Amino acid sequence: MDLTIIWAFIIAFAVFAYVVMDGFDLGIGILFPSFAVGQERDQAMNSIAPVWDGNETWLVLGGGGLFAAFPLAYAIILPATYPLVIAMLLGLVFRGVAFEFRWRDPAHRAVWDLSFTAGSLIAAMAQGMILGALLQGIKVFERAYAGSWFDWLTPYTLLTGLGTVAGYALLGSTWLVWKLEGDAQGHARKLAMRSAVATLVLLAAVSLYTPFLDQAYFARWFTMPSIMFASQVPLLTAIIAYFLFRALLKKREAAPFWLSLCLFLIGMAGLGVSMWPYVVPDTVTIWDAAAPERSQMFMLVGVGLTLPLILAYTAWAYWVFRGKVGHEGYH
Amino acid sequence: MFDNLDALLLARMQFAFTVSFHFIFPSFSIGLASYLAVLEGLWLKTGKQIYLDLFKYWLKIFAIAFAMGVVSGIVMSYQFGTNWSVFSDKAGPVIGPLMAYEVLTAFFLEAGFLGVMLFGMNKVGPKLHFAATCMVALGTFVSAFWILSVNSWMQTPTGFEMGANGQFLPGPSWSAIIFNPSFPYRLVHTVIAAYLTTAFVVGGVGAWHLLRDAANSHARKMFSMAMWMAALVAPIQILAGDMHGLNTLEHQPAKVMAMEGHFQSHPDGAPLILFGIPNSAAQRVDYAIEIPKASSLILKHDWDAPLSGLDTVPVKDRPPVGIIFWSFRIMVGIGFAMFGLGLWSLVARWRGRLFDWAWLHRAALALSPAGFVAVIAGWITTEVGRQPYVIYGFLRTADAASPLDAPAVGASLLAFVVVYFAVFSVGTWYILKLMNGAPHMGEKGVRRTETGPVRTAGITPGPHQKTGQANVEGGNE
Ligand code: HDD
Ligand code: HEM
Ligand code: HEM
Repeated sequence: MDLTIIWAFIIAFAVFAYVVMDGFDLGIGILFPSFAVGQERDQAMNSIAPVWDGNETWLVLGGGGLFAAFPLAYAIILPATYPLVIAMLLGLVFRGVAFEFRWRDPAHRAVWDLSFTAGSLIAAMAQGMILGALLQGIKVFERAYAGSWFDWLTPYTLLTGLGTVAGYALLGSTWLVWKLEGDAQGHARKLAMRSAVATLVLLAAVSLYTPFLDQAYFARWFTMPSIMFASQVPLLTAIIAYFLFRALLKKREAAPFWLSLCLFLIGMAGLGVSMWPYVVPDTVTIWDAAAPERSQMFMLVGVGLTLPLILAYTAWAYWVFRGKVGHEGYH
Repeated sequence: MFDNLDALLLARMQFAFTVSFHFIFPSFSIGLASYLAVLEGLWLKTGKQIYLDLFKYWLKIFAIAFAMGVVSGIVMSYQFGTNWSVFSDKAGPVIGPLMAYEVLTAFFLEAGFLGVMLFGMNKVGPKLHFAATCMVALGTFVSAFWILSVNSWMQTPTGFEMGANGQFLPGPSWSAIIFNPSFPYRLVHTVIAAYLTTAFVVGGVGAWHLLRDAANSHARKMFSMAMWMAALVAPIQILAGDMHGLNTLEHQPAKVMAMEGHFQSHPDGAPLILFGIPNSAAQRVDYAIEIPKASSLILKHDWDAPLSGLDTVPVKDRPPVGIIFWSFRIMVGIGFAMFGLGLWSLVARWRGRLFDWAWLHRAALALSPAGFVAVIAGWITTEVGRQPYVIYGFLRTADAASPLDAPAVGASLLAFVVVYFAVFSVGTWYILKLMNGAPHMGEKGVRRTETGPVRTAGITPGPHQKTGQANVEGGNE
């Protein structure tokens, strides 16, 4: 098989891993103000404190992998979405330090809680808008971005941004349903309901909007053979949504989280159908942007050797901290 | 035209600012991670409570420094694309894979085991916990390995081919790229620098508490450990730096000319300029205090060896002299000061006065931030000395920047400056607060207490704990 295609899948995998893993961290950050100050907040924070750094590392792999495997795409997309990328990075700074700082300074805990929420919200919004900006098209001339520095700001990108915020909130709240008990769990369940509704509405809006952005998407979705797949997507989404609400109403513990992940997986597959085989839609294909075979091969060896190990010890770390968070933190 | 120039300058300022800030944290956490592994290992081996106490004391500080290192590092990994997109496009095929290896072999390792290291003592037991600590320490070292290989390749590029589309493409051998000529020197010098930086911080904290209470056994232990490091490693660092300089002379002679302040060539023995004020306009060093012929002796091991000066380098290829001249002297000055303190501590040890010689403690305290200054000064020497190239001899900095407008780069630079100073000063303040608390028996840290969740355990003075039973802490509650 073509190395470039393998690499496209590896990057997609890294992005997906990032979205689901850091997605629930960021989601908890977004929902943080709705938790009672004190034990409820502390528990929510403690449920992700041991894993957030590992989760965020997938973002570095996504970015670094893009740089290494598709340098041209990296060199075009980042300048095109410059203010969004900077906003995301600064958001992640505020969110990341809050994990430590809020325990170190009880007198200013409120400040760091706010920094946790604002940072998570900004990062999530920026990520969604970057995706939107990519889908709506980027102006390219020769090997560089040729638009101006506010091209990314449109109603469509605002919609994808909000959709991402809602989706992360769904992941975060269903994660908490799984990890908490008692009143806090009930509260998380209520939040999960609301985020699920918001996510589905925004997902539908984005899905309807996208094919009309550009003829090529329209063609890709509504011609054979993709229509075979495309027509299944809404159906599958509806089925998963049904089970998700049912699981929430029946007070299931882990199922809502896994079903939310399935929603994201479908979204991701839909995205793949829209974009394939472009990295920068309609201008740069994965083959245009690809690094030479020697680079791809060298890294593939690395991925082959390390990724199974990474997945293994990441799973171990989650296993160590399995179960309910409880009232006194870990013990 | 002017716009372009401004955007370039702003992009350089932004990179220098964000990377300098980032590097402050790794240069501390590389050393501290190893120190923690040593402390925990000693505790497991000897069962002595004091090692566990010190481990917990420094772990809380490590957690904060590490978090700041991570968030500032994520910024770095996107800086290449945002501000240096032409560079990314051209050099991506060569350095991208090295950075991907850094993520795969180092960042995941650190991040994956960090949670267990900080929170997991009671979950996995002491042995596995120690393994997690070692993995984090290993991760920090591997991270330095790859990123320094990248940087060294930009300084002394080898093993690549030029593509038709202007890209740098990897040649047949990756080891020719990874182990480029300046890499071994840079790796050794920088990792030792991180250890020294940490040793002087630890020593400074020990000294601070000894000045307040010379009987504090925990402060004594950390001070003594740090002073051994200073005495043994500072001279090694000076030797490593000397070898590094010789390597630079071979591959980037213009950089060394700037470090030495040699505007003019010296056909028969160049002087070592100790101090002076480089005057680029007049191409000379004003008010120079110099030792005749000593520079030739150091660089060529011969009093009379000829040394060329910047007059042999075309004007458009010269690095700026003033900055490099000074940053180099600051680093070297600190290196000798560290060596001096190491010798002093040996004398004190020999006379049995290591723990009650107040002036020694004051000197250690004064030198405690010196490592950071030396590290940054060293990097400024290295990086500014590489100008006007990003990839030495092949790609000019001016040709590497993103096609961005100056306001975009300026606004983001401002945002970074404001946020970094605000957030990281607060973090540094929390670290100083923790350091100000005296290390003591029954140090709390990684385990929960009755008063709240894990992390609060470190700062809220909880009910007094049983002391002296090492295995309670790591045990199986
Ligand atoms: C992986 C590569 C890499 C690494 C590890 C570093 N740098 Fe660097 N540095 C660059 C890659 C780079 C660069 C991308 O190549 C820049 C941007 C523009 C330039 O001239 O080189 C640069 C520029 C640059 C400048 C501006 C020089 C000038 O424009 O005259 C300074 C002061 C530093 N860096 C300082 C540092 C410090 C303190 C580092 C310590 C961590 C460091 N760099 C590590
Ligand atoms: C431009 C250059 C650099 C980039 C792009 C970069 C990137 C990063 C990133 C993304 C992280 C966070 C990893 C995580 O999520 O856990 C990080 C942390 C780290 N980096 Fe850098 N880095 C750079 C320079 C350096 C240098 C020069 C060193 C050491 C010599 C270094 C050593 C480390 C270490 C040890 C960490 C772990 C966190 C810490 O100890 O503070 N980095 N870096
Ligand atoms: C007398 C002692 C020292 C000498 C002769 C020396 C020499 C050098 C030289 C020649 C360079 C430039 C390398 C280049 O051209 O690329 C350098 C860089 C550097 N120095 Fe030193 N150094 C000394 C002490 C120190 C100390 C004490 C520290 C920190 C604790 C330090 C940290 C660094 C760092 C981080 C760099 C940049 C990375 C590198 O290129 O290795 N140095 N040093």
